[in-house]
Amino acid sequence: MWLHRYAKFVSAATVLLIVAGGLVTSTGSGLAVPDWPTSYGWNMFTFPMKHMVGGIFYEHGHRLIASGVGFLTIILAAWLWKAESRRWMRMLGLIALGAVCLQGLLGGITVLYFLPTAISTAHAGLAQIFFCLTVAISLFTSRGWTAPAHDPVDDRALRTVATATTAFIYLQIIVGATMRHSDAGLAIPDFPLIFGGILPPEWTPQIAVHFAHRVGALVVTLAIAATAGHVVYHHPERSELRRPALTLACLVLAQVTLGAFVIWSEKNVAINTAHVVVGALTLATSLVLTLRSHQVRFGRTALAAAGVRGTLTASEARA
Amino acid sequence: MHLRLLAVLLVLSFGVVACGGGSEPPAQAPATQEPAAAPAVDPATAATVSGKITLEGTPPANAPIRMNADPACVAANKGQNPTQETYVSEGGGLGNVFVYVQSGLNGTFPAPTTPIVFDQQACRYHPHVFGVQVGQPVEILNSDSTLHNIHATPKTNAEFNTAQPIKGMKTTHTFTAKEADVVVPFKCDVHGWMNAYAGVLDHPYFAVSKPDGSFSIPNLPPGSYTLGAWHEKSGTQTLQVTVAAKESKTDANFTFKVAAGAN
Repeated sequence: MWLHRYAKFVSAATVLLIVAGGLVTSTGSGLAVPDWPTSYGWNMFTFPMKHMVGGIFYEHGHRLIASGVGFLTIILAAWLWKAESRRWMRMLGLIALGAVCLQGLLGGITVLYFLPTAISTAHAGLAQIFFCLTVAISLFTSRGWTAPAHDPVDDRALRTVATATTAFIYLQIIVGATMRHSDAGLAIPDFPLIFGGILPPEWTPQIAVHFAHRVGALVVTLAIAATAGHVVYHHPERSELRRPALTLACLVLAQVTLGAFVIWSEKNVAINTAHVVVGALTLATSLVLTLRSHQVRFGRTALAAAGVRGTLTASEARA
Repeated sequence: MHLRLLAVLLVLSFGVVACGGGSEPPAQAPATQEPAAAPAVDPATAATVSGKITLEGTPPANAPIRMNADPACVAANKGQNPTQETYVSEGGGLGNVFVYVQSGLNGTFPAPTTPIVFDQQACRYHPHVFGVQVGQPVEILNSDSTLHNIHATPKTNAEFNTAQPIKGMKTTHTFTAKEADVVVPFKCDVHGWMNAYAGVLDHPYFAVSKPDGSFSIPNLPPGSYTLGAWHEKSGTQTLQVTVAAKESKTDANFTFKVAAGAN
């Protein structure tokens, strides 16, 4: 259970890192520290605190938190390697470690090359993947996964709709990151209308990506409604599905509201950052629901063999 | 074996995030002075074009700058209420307009070796608008007791983002090509209110208007020219002028309007 608690701690630290990253872009501080991996020539860990001012506070703070999450991930990977009997879980720990290292490199490259949209978007996209990895590790190490109280739900329709929803959310986040890093957040300045109408009167790359993000929001909202509706209608008694489904519905409502306020407030820093963070939480919640819908496919035998050392297997728990 | 692999990854990860310099970064040496270039025009026939930039209507109040993000900036501006320099206007004139010969010149013009000094002082850029010739050094100076980054975002020349963490630090930059958009924006990503503009041309015929709107472009070869006048918010205007040998033309006037939504 300590491994599970630690994995949840790493997930929470990653949320903090996403907050810090969102603040960097929301405040336009991405290039406040021009060099990397040094900070104004200092080793990043010896950079004087008195110089943490203005945009440096956000950018250097992001680097420090990222380093902290990197070290937490090293420990997580090592712990999984030592304690996990499931080979794929050990691999998952190493993949998470590789992802956080690659993420650090992307962050450095995007600074050195003046925030090219493609690299910055990849940095944002990989952040979500890393967050999802930590959440998945948390789920896979939980008692609810290794020793479930009930047989996992076997619902093909749920698997399909939940998987599609998670994929839509991730695509929507990528479109949003592209919009964010191409400075297209206010390319369409009004909401819910678009230049006072339904469609843009002219098309530029920035207007197109902004428009795509709005269409994506509609698709994701409908997908989440379908998933949550399916769970509530077909599996109301299964709390492990109902809770994430209802949370997902609340999160998407909050996210659409925040998106509207991003426009109305002309990209207020706090609202803009909250929009990024709630997007990540929406993705993670949908992932949890999706993985639980697939839990039955891991197989009872695999579940029985999957117990973390020192914890009950699924069979033992059921006995 | 696996633990060894993890140990290697740990060391590599630490190296990625932690490698780099140690103590205070060294300040760069100031640019060396070179002999002045030969004049590109015959002084006996040189003409002068001057005029005034007029701002139509009442100049808007410039946005106040809140420097709370950096105590050093607050201290440097103690007792003052700094504002942006978007609309600098005295007596109906408009300052900080970059006026330049847009077309009509022939030949090449050697770049001056005297550097343009571009200072960061009291967390502001000085000057706010300036002109520089291709090949002419721009000496960027940090006169503040805080860190600045100098981030230029040209379209034609290479973008650069230079760190100046130490007071008194100097960095020399030289633009290598005429800027397609004429003006290169500068900003400090540490202090979001800091911005400045440099007109980058391949000739020396440019000026920046004073707060009363007056400007003068001297030493111009006789001929017909298109003058451009650029303002950071009110856009660009052009004007045709013809000057004879030794003529001092004084009516090259422009009238700008306050940009919609300015400030």
